[in-house]
Amino acid sequence: MQDQPAPVEIIKAVAEFIRSVGRREMTPNVAYQARVAANALDLVGRELSLAPGEEVLELERLRAILGRDGTLAELNAAFTEALDRGVLSMSRAEIRDHLWQTTLAKLSVDQPSYSGYLAALKMRRADPQ
Amino acid sequence: MNSSDESRLAAGLTKLAVKIRPDSMVEGLQRLSGGATQEIWRFELVSGSVRSAMILRRARLGSSDSSGTAGLDIEARLILAADKAGVPVPTVRHVLTPADGLGPGFIMDFIEGETLGGRIAKSDTFAQARKSLSRRCGEILAKVHAIEPAPFPSLRASTPRELLKHWEDTYRSTRWPRPVFVCALRWLEQTCPPPPPRPCMLHGDFRNGNLIIGTDGIRAVLDWELAHLGDPMEDIGWLCVNSWRFGRMDKVVGGFGELADLIAGYQDAGGAPLRIESCKWWEVFGTLRWGVMCATMIQMFRTTDPTVERAAIARRASETEIDLLRLLED
Repeated sequence: MQDQPAPVEIIKAVAEFIRSVGRREMTPNVAYQARVAANALDLVGRELSLAPGEEVLELERLRAILGRDGTLAELNAAFTEALDRGVLSMSRAEIRDHLWQTTLAKLSVDQPSYSGYLAALKMRRADPQ
Repeated sequence: MNSSDESRLAAGLTKLAVKIRPDSMVEGLQRLSGGATQEIWRFELVSGSVRSAMILRRARLGSSDSSGTAGLDIEARLILAADKAGVPVPTVRHVLTPADGLGPGFIMDFIEGETLGGRIAKSDTFAQARKSLSRRCGEILAKVHAIEPAPFPSLRASTPRELLKHWEDTYRSTRWPRPVFVCALRWLEQTCPPPPPRPCMLHGDFRNGNLIIGTDGIRAVLDWELAHLGDPMEDIGWLCVNSWRFGRMDKVVGGFGELADLIAGYQDAGGAPLRIESCKWWEVFGTLRWGVMCATMIQMFRTTDPTVERAAIARRASETEIDLLRLLED
């Protein structure tokens, strides 16, 4: 077992460090790059915390839709191909639900402040399926 | 870019300066930004007590321009044509020639103002200006779309179906499964509008972020490198993509205005009749296009441009997936 602090804690500290240096003593262009770098580390931290749980749920949903087993990569490829060939489509409620859940989970890692994500959360809270 | 490249650039510009204005010198050269294929520099042209800020856009050293862009020479000529058509643009001062030894590119005036989309959509500074921005975008687009395409034979005209094919192929080249993109592609295929009766000049990247804004309104339209010919609704749908609304989802046009104002401005400026009913198709298409553009960033990140910024844009593909789901369910 590895010791503490956990990766997400170290990443958070490094992001804060880059952010504070960027605020203090850099040209506008480098300060911007520092902000981008700190935000990227925050994203990695969110992925480490959130993705493992979400990917278990995603795999369960894909198994149910496709009626077979496989890795997340295999089932995603098979699911996408079935949509592509028109074998599956968004006309089915469980497919729409899966696409929403999966995309919401991606956004919670990639960009939890994105307007389209916040609006979708609000919409789903008001009208859950 | 190392310091010897930079000193060579400074020396080249110093030789050039007198062509733009006699007895002038170059000061304050600084790199602003730029992507994998282009560099953007700012400098000042100084003669006596007169100082003028200038922008140099040029090809990045060692890059071959292969990204389906118009090319820097054509971009310069387009800006000149837009200027003549009454579109607010920076004045082009010099188009680089092989004799200049600086590669392809051009020099234009630096225009003071705001380009950050978030500030344009939300800052109190622009509260007054925002009221007329959408209408003004309509007037400007009508003028862009009226630019005579004949002098630009290398610009491609594509039908909606050809565009769709292009972006579908580009998506497939990423070899990464994206179920939402596939649903959007199928929807776009099933609802594809017919080709426009007469393809017109399109800016190709007309959006909040490529406009220089002051409290007085739009001062300049930038970034003409994606210009091509096609349906005028393509530019309008692109301007409505949620990624350029910067959090103001309710303001459909660029996060600052209403579609009805844009259409009114377009018509009052003499724009040809628009097939407004296809606006949603073009918004979905634009959202997918931006999503695929983000998704292709991974290739650049792993080869020519391994920067954090490139990595961050690659991770923005998912924002278009959530917007596509919302649009497809509407």
